[in-house]
Amino acid sequence: MYIFYALLVFMIIAAIIAIETKNLLSAVICIGALGFGASLMFLFLRAPDIAITQIVVEVLGLIILIRSTISRDLTFISGDKEFFGTVVSVVIIFVIFLAGVKVFETLPDFGTAVFAQVPEAASQTYIKEGLQSTGAANIVSSVILDYRAYDTLGEATVLFTSIIGATVLLRKKAKKLLEEPDL
Amino acid sequence: MKGMTIIVKTISSWVKMLIVLFGIYIILFGHLTPGGGFAGGVILASSYVLLMLAFGKEFVQKDLPLALDSKLDCLGALLFAVIAVLGLVLTDRIFFTNYLYQEYLPGKEFELISAGTIPFSNIAIGLKVGASLFLVIFLLSTFRRETSANTKE
Repeated sequence: MYIFYALLVFMIIAAIIAIETKNLLSAVICIGALGFGASLMFLFLRAPDIAITQIVVEVLGLIILIRSTISRDLTFISGDKEFFGTVVSVVIIFVIFLAGVKVFETLPDFGTAVFAQVPEAASQTYIKEGLQSTGAANIVSSVILDYRAYDTLGEATVLFTSIIGATVLLRKKAKKLLEEPDL
Repeated sequence: MKGMTIIVKTISSWVKMLIVLFGIYIILFGHLTPGGGFAGGVILASSYVLLMLAFGKEFVQKDLPLALDSKLDCLGALLFAVIAVLGLVLTDRIFFTNYLYQEYLPGKEFELISAGTIPFSNIAIGLKVGASLFLVIFLLSTFRRETSANTKE
């Protein structure tokens, strides 16, 4: 239970620093710390799929934000690479590689279903009762449009929002679109 | 001459209807065979992208104006939301329940008319995904041409 409060305090401090700091790059890094805290929170709340999504989105967003702030803020890192720094990064990469090998050893064999070992898993219920309770022969369709239709609604909303963003952002340059009366 | 050579134009004008038919088939049979609204929508959008590459942007603009395209996009999203909200009205207040299969239109398994709301949701999703993907590709290509024209000047 205390881990949640620790993460919460960490995230709040990161958010306050991100708002208050004058340097754009450190604000972006604080936003990244906030996002990784959120993904850790999801992991401890036993929602690993959301945690994975959060981490992936966070890494991508962080890279894009750092790229855009570095060119604007002109905080270049100059000077030669030190020998110590190279050694440390190689050691860290090696440790991460060892951890990855350990993780791959725990994965089930190729072709065996993970949740087949757990009879009360949700996926087993879908396979057994999908046809009777939805009437759809395609079980993927019955999952994404019946059992998990909320997810699909969320995806449609994401697509809709991205269209609105693209239209608004690209309208400045594309003058032909402005002349269209009812877009 | 706008667009590509006459070989590409002839072939793509033959192939476009086949692509559209395949997309409609993928959407309509999404509850029976692999596929569904997302995949079928992408196929529908790709047919118009093929036309845009072969014949140029003006031809596609005449065939499917941007205003109509954005209206189709909104219509797809609205249809999906209406299907979801109808569950609140027709049954005892459950969002996104499959009311058609449970009460009104059970249909027969492994036939086209089955699975209740799932085919209708597939149609709505296909409309939405197709229209919005084509809109994004069209907007991005227009944007690129305009900026390259600006840098030339």
